[in-house]
Amino acid sequence: MLLVVEQILNGLQFGLLLFLLAAGLTLVFGIMDFVNLAHGSLYMMGAYFAATFVAWTGSFVLGAVLALGATLLLGIVLEFTALRHLYGRDHLDHVLATFGLILFFNEAVRLVWGPAGLALPLPAWLTVPVQILPGIQYPAYRLAIIVVALAVALLLYLGVMRTRVGMLIRAGASNREMIGALGINIKLLYTLVFGLGAALAGLAGMMQAPILTVQIGMGENILILAFVVIVIGGIGSIRGAFLAAILVGLIDTLGRAFLPNLLRQVLSGAAASTAAPALSSMLIYLLMAIVLVLRPEGLFPASKR
Amino acid sequence: MKIEPNVRNAAAVLVVAGLVLLPLYSALSGNVFILTLFTRIVILALAAASLNLIMGYGGMMSFGHAAYLGIGGYAVGILAQEGFGSGFLQFPVALAASALFALVIGALSLRTRGVYFIMITLAFAQMAYYVASGLARYGGDDGLTIYKRSTFAGLINLSNRVQFYYLCLACLLGVIFLIWRIVNSRFGLVVQGLRSNEQRMQAIGFPAKRYQLVCFVIAGTLCGLAGALLANNTDFVSPAVMYWTRSGDLMVMVILGGMGSLFGPVIGAVVYLVLEELLSQVTEYWALIMGPLLLFVVLFGRGGIMGMLGRFSRG
Repeated sequence: MLLVVEQILNGLQFGLLLFLLAAGLTLVFGIMDFVNLAHGSLYMMGAYFAATFVAWTGSFVLGAVLALGATLLLGIVLEFTALRHLYGRDHLDHVLATFGLILFFNEAVRLVWGPAGLALPLPAWLTVPVQILPGIQYPAYRLAIIVVALAVALLLYLGVMRTRVGMLIRAGASNREMIGALGINIKLLYTLVFGLGAALAGLAGMMQAPILTVQIGMGENILILAFVVIVIGGIGSIRGAFLAAILVGLIDTLGRAFLPNLLRQVLSGAAASTAAPALSSMLIYLLMAIVLVLRPEGLFPASKR
Repeated sequence: MKIEPNVRNAAAVLVVAGLVLLPLYSALSGNVFILTLFTRIVILALAAASLNLIMGYGGMMSFGHAAYLGIGGYAVGILAQEGFGSGFLQFPVALAASALFALVIGALSLRTRGVYFIMITLAFAQMAYYVASGLARYGGDDGLTIYKRSTFAGLINLSNRVQFYYLCLACLLGVIFLIWRIVNSRFGLVVQGLRSNEQRMQAIGFPAKRYQLVCFVIAGTLCGLAGALLANNTDFVSPAVMYWTRSGDLMVMVILGGMGSLFGPVIGAVVYLVLEELLSQVTEYWALIMGPLLLFVVLFGRGGIMGMLGRFSRG
């Protein structure tokens, strides 16, 4: 029972982290119609910035805030110098160009920070376990991730649905010529959205950093997961991304935790222990394939343009 | 079809001539390494050419094409491990396994389109990757060493560098000839019509999905051949061959060379891999130059190298 609660919370935490990454992807895709493979690189840069700034300032929170700003800035510069010229091109051009950016960022990180990974140590007040239910302890830091991510999700929802800028963003997604004709600076809006997406990716990276090591290529595996999330949720839909992210996080975590034991009851020990890791890694891809076959536009397709 | 004398065809002839004469250069200069490098290039060019069939002519943007490299490779590796060393068995099995995989994932994937298609093919390739990682009997994550290359009853010796190189080159040219025939056949015209306007083709009575599926299976099978050759080349096969960045590499080769041109992928593979080799000799941080270069090609060189040559020849 204890293990189940803990694993569900882990799954939730992982899902929310995926949501932060997927939200940026789906915003950029839904609004600019741009496929950004380099989103994982921004996640990686967020983690590296955080590790550097935290070591530099000596304060976890201050370092994280600085890193967030740095990733935002990086996203804006990237959009301004290169990616804005690719809007309206074929998706394949996006894939190729951002694939090039992944190569670039991985190599740049190797050059600046060296090939070895970095560690991002937690401050003492985040390492203590918290009692969440009678008898159930949970690491404070993972709890903090859940809280922060939920808060960001809420802010994002309010920002997109309830503010003027959010209204413009939604309008830009449904008809960019029209909103341009109404005198809105659509280019600036796009840059802003891209920067926001980058900051969200960076936030996900720096929050994941203390749990895993900060290393080159860390963004690539999780990028694929984020793509799986937005495809399951329906590309361009924030609500879909949120639900799909939690679903994927739960399935992936619970699968890894409990599938080996389940399999052992059906198969012989040796067969189960070889099949389980492969099968639990495959689970979410299987989920995605099933969703796409049944609903080719994802679970919550964004409204047609 | 008449072959016109223009810059693009001249480039194609030049590249093929260069590839044919390469072993001669290698023998004369004593540079053995270049032959090894180009064997790999020729094999990956074959894989890129097969991807070009669905991507360039069929408009099906598969982001999971490296899966077939792994399937073809594992077919050879597993059979070799189990004591079946004959290429007459290994290669047909590699092709059949790739074809079957393409048939299954194609039938499912073709229900989607656009970015969803890119992503679902990626998902299937990742699944294949994880299955291979789980094959504990055949090396799992660490991969499978192939101790003996495929044998062809003494007809050709794959352990001989030159013979193996020419086998790969013959396969590449054969595949390109096949693609040329396919593209100019009625079947190929239908597939290209579907790329331009699927609705219209359906309206005049073509079963769209069936044509696309057949095309998808042909491309997968051809890439399985590349996989079988690649495994023989490296004497090794591992899940890493199927990793998504490998699919990305293949896509880059196709786009760099020029999608939907017959020799584009070959030129793309040669340029991409030679550049990678040269840059990695100059600096350890070769990707620092390669990455922005790709961005540059996308931003300014529409239609890849073949596209640029075409524009150049028109003035």
